Amino acid sequence: MALDQSFIGRTYPPSPPYEVSREKIREFADAVGEPGEIHRDPEAAKAAGYVDVIAPPTFAILISMKANEVLVMDPELGLDYTRVVHGDQTFVHHRPIVAGDRLVVTTHVDAINSRMGNDIVSVRAELATESGEQVTTARSTLVARGTATEEQA
Amino acid sequence: MIRAAEVTAGDVLPPLSLRITRADLVRYAGASLDFNPIHWNERFAQEVGLPGVIAHGMLTMGMAVRVVTAWTGDPGAVLEYGVRFGRPVPVPDNAEGALVEVSAKVAKVLDDGTFKIAITAAFEGKSVLGGATARVRLP
Repeated sequence: MALDQSFIGRTYPPSPPYEVSREKIREFADAVGEPGEIHRDPEAAKAAGYVDVIAPPTFAILISMKANEVLVMDPELGLDYTRVVHGDQTFVHHRPIVAGDRLVVTTHVDAINSRMGNDIVSVRAELATESGEQVTTARSTLVARGTATEEQA
Repeated sequence: MIRAAEVTAGDVLPPLSLRITRADLVRYAGASLDFNPIHWNERFAQEVGLPGVIAHGMLTMGMAVRVVTAWTGDPGAVLEYGVRFGRPVPVPDNAEGALVEVSAKVAKVLDDGTFKIAITAAFEGKSVLGGATARVRLP
């Protein structure tokens, strides 16, 4: 079924804060094979000019993906999440994420399209500190495969 | 650490060979909290029409950017990073896993003095990340 176009431009209320820990950064760096001490040793990070260990470039996904569930699971939008695959992903880092950050996420629906039988939702997650400092913008497209053709069949 | 003055458009970054095994998928699932069974359950993956367990696109994306972070020496130099997820990377249940070859070059020096890096990631000779680019600031 074609998705409700009136969702374009919608902004969901901010998520509860996600507290970035040194240990989660270390786990994530291990998982993607980033070897740097800058992800593990606060002293190495300070020597490089950061206040604490910094997150690898794609770490924000674990915060944005969780926050985007408000949209994916929104029954009014009606996205069939069992058919959703990740189409693309972009991160813009206004500054690196560091341990100790408490980040709130605001999820925006930037676009809704149908192409080749797929419903495609462009989502933007804005990660900011509780005091409003912009940290990371995470854009993704979520593709619900085949959901747009089913209705025509 | 590489400096901006040493870099010009067309420079080739040192390439990277990534070997992704089932153990890597389990570790990434735990670290990223992405527990989609297509990344660890062969039966489920086949039921939804995949050849078998596939790597998280985000794992391939997260590993591939090491071609840039190893070159800059500072992962905080990556101001932007984006990819399209192309064909999936099937990860067999053996010690060898899947081999993804990553290469990169300096595509452009931008007006603000930052650098646009074009990245390619290939599995069995075919691209798995489309249009992958990073923008970096160098000292």
